[in-house]
Amino acid sequence: MVAASDLAPARTSSTNPTDFGTTSYHPKTGGKGAALSIERFNLWYGRTQALFDNTLDIEEGMVTSLIGPSGCGKSTLLRAFNRMNDLIDGVRVSGRITLSGDDVYANGADVITLRKRMGMVFQKPNPFPMSVFENVAYPLRIDGVRDRTLIAETVERSLRAAALWDEAKDRLKDNALGLSGGQQQRLCIARALAGDPEVLLMDEPCSALDPIATAHIEELIDELRGRYTIVIVTHSMAQAGRVSDNTAFMYLGRLIEYGASATLFTSPKMSRTQDYVTGRFG
Amino acid sequence: MDTPPSSRTPEALEAMSGRVLAARGKARQQDLRAEGEPMVWCLGGALAIGIVMILSLLVLVLWNGAITFWPRPIEVVHLSGGAVIAGEPVRSASWTPGPEVLAGLPEETRARVAQSGGTVTRTLYRVGNYDLYGDDFRWVADYQALSRDRPRDLVLIERLEWGVFVGRIAAFEKNGQRFETTDPHDPAIGTAHEVARQRWAEIRRIERGDIGVVNHHMERERLELRRAVLADPTPAALTRAEARFTAAETRLKAEYEALATQARTLRAENAKDKLLLRDVTGRALELPLSSVVRYYGANDLDWFQKAGVYASRWLEFLIDEPREANTEGGVMPAIFGTFAMTLLLVIVVSPFGVVTALYLREYARQGRITALVRISVNNLAGVPSIVYGVFGLGFFAYILGGNIDALFFPERLPNPTFGTGGLLWAALTLALLTVPVVIVSTEEALAAVPRSMREGSLACGASKWQTIRRIILPRALPGIMTGLILAMARGAGEVAPLMLVGVVKLAPELPIDGFFPFVHLERSFMHLGFHIYDVGFQSRNSEAGKPMVFVTTMLLIVLIFLMNIGTIFVRNHLKRKFKGSQF
Repeated sequence: MVAASDLAPARTSSTNPTDFGTTSYHPKTGGKGAALSIERFNLWYGRTQALFDNTLDIEEGMVTSLIGPSGCGKSTLLRAFNRMNDLIDGVRVSGRITLSGDDVYANGADVITLRKRMGMVFQKPNPFPMSVFENVAYPLRIDGVRDRTLIAETVERSLRAAALWDEAKDRLKDNALGLSGGQQQRLCIARALAGDPEVLLMDEPCSALDPIATAHIEELIDELRGRYTIVIVTHSMAQAGRVSDNTAFMYLGRLIEYGASATLFTSPKMSRTQDYVTGRFG
Repeated sequence: MDTPPSSRTPEALEAMSGRVLAARGKARQQDLRAEGEPMVWCLGGALAIGIVMILSLLVLVLWNGAITFWPRPIEVVHLSGGAVIAGEPVRSASWTPGPEVLAGLPEETRARVAQSGGTVTRTLYRVGNYDLYGDDFRWVADYQALSRDRPRDLVLIERLEWGVFVGRIAAFEKNGQRFETTDPHDPAIGTAHEVARQRWAEIRRIERGDIGVVNHHMERERLELRRAVLADPTPAALTRAEARFTAAETRLKAEYEALATQARTLRAENAKDKLLLRDVTGRALELPLSSVVRYYGANDLDWFQKAGVYASRWLEFLIDEPREANTEGGVMPAIFGTFAMTLLLVIVVSPFGVVTALYLREYARQGRITALVRISVNNLAGVPSIVYGVFGLGFFAYILGGNIDALFFPERLPNPTFGTGGLLWAALTLALLTVPVVIVSTEEALAAVPRSMREGSLACGASKWQTIRRIILPRALPGIMTGLILAMARGAGEVAPLMLVGVVKLAPELPIDGFFPFVHLERSFMHLGFHIYDVGFQSRNSEAGKPMVFVTTMLLIVLIFLMNIGTIFVRNHLKRKFKGSQF
């Protein structure tokens, strides 16, 4: 079940000055169970290890945010969920990630199907150079859906879910690149939703947006709560506190603390978390 | 850090900063190299030289090409020896007569030449009348010319054979009846000329069109017979096939005879209409009206008449076939050949280049082997083009074409069908020549597709191929088009390899005609680039070919320019579609 673990060089944790030991929290916040379950997950970029022994469960239907200083591996972990790291040469992993029980890194795992079960939103809005309609219809097009009414319905539903319908309904035929940055990002969310995913992965979705557009996206995340499992990587602790139910704090590739956002921000257990959330470093 | 208050006054600060600036200015003067100023001059100078060279080449070609067809006046020059010549002055140049020339001159002329430092001016006249003089051009030195004038009754006649005639009309005959007239603008001559030319066109239509069809059928019957013999060599079958062939032959021969008689009748009629001409020295010449392409009184034209002659020459050049060993007439077959070959080249090279680049960039593991392949591809672009010509002839024409002939056209052997140079092989050879350009630019275009696009598509659950087809290729298309433009420009301008794989001096049959299968890729063809070489360096008189070289060069440049403009237009349209996607 564990893929590529034999390839991973063994590292003695005692010699590593940044070793804080393996931490695992299973917060009890009334979730319906784990949508994503990460067990002792390690990741190497060539010879450099980027993730160390991460173990955590992402609760279904909850918004979970990953926070931590730059380079702490939060984006790498997020991209490990839908195997986007496969695109980078020399990436090796060990450990287990399961999506509702299905091993993501199993030998012969169907990456394409797995990715379809996880929508992803990137740091910079990346709409395709085609019409607004075609952007949202893209997941259906690649599935070979021909039914025009089904496509039209899905596009409308996804745009409504992404709170873009009112602004975009008259511009469906226009090039998506003509939308504003915030609209483009909501379009990307609509595109991710059109594939009907179980999990929505958001990699710093607001970092390229102005405060008003950011507020829009945050409202949207709030509306989507419960319907989708959302994992959001963010630089802004304020944002993590506003939108997320649970928060994981990572530092130098390790999970330091994981728990309900309210608890983590007000009374963190670990001193490093305390230092970070109070702004002493980061 | 603590500065005395006195030095903080604005004046003091200003003085200080002034000192700093002065020191800096000194440093600047001292170290020009650090500023890079001389480097900038060098770069700017190099650019300026490049632009000047390109512009002067373009101006030279365009100017000479534009004035070639403009009718020039005819000068009559009385020479010191009592001789008289008439011709268009082409150009003047200074000239130092050699001792053997000077020795043959009278004393006072020699003194005059010596006075001017041994250098005199001479003028080149296009005297025409090749059939009378054995030369089209003649140099006249200044000291030879006693007088020059431009009589209004001189006429210049462009003929189907022997180049131009320069002289006077003495009379003209219509239906054997003689009319005395010396006026080149006599409407009677004009009408008769038009009728004769129409008959001439009719003869040509019969011979090229109708008799061509008969010949085509004849050839088909002959091939049919050969095929039958090859398929079934028994005597009985042979007799049957031969009987069939003889029947068809008799029928076609009768058809041919009827057409030939028709042409003969028209010819006989044409023979009765002729111009009686006299050159400036008084030598007489008879010329059938039907072989006069165009005639005009060169010294008796107003601006509009000149423009008319100019336009009609351009029209002939663009839509007619060449005559007189390509030095006269038009270049339509060459335009067509160049265009068809370039089109075919693009059709062949784009899928090959794009597919190769796609595999190299998107699928192949980036390692030593891919690097090696890349280096080889880049080196291919540096191989001399004649090498491609040799390869094309050896591989495409002889090996591939030879086998195609043996398999599909055995009845035509030993005459090759595909087993010799032709349009298809020329296009393939040039495709090989230009494919590195397409590969390199396509690879660059693919690499320039932002990573976020790929990730966006893959995260939606698209497979690699779906991502390439739906996102990457459309996004890379403008870059790919740039590569195609470069390939096209290179291919259309290439001559050396074409000489080996299918371009000929004169191709009477276009690669497209009315006979099945309508597109004949095996046929040899004409090409503007080769036409330039042929007219400029392989014709009877290089001086006569020179204007055609300029005009053809201009045409080739314009043709490539138009094709490039077309592609650039498409590319920019695509680019506009993707504008802003770099967000």
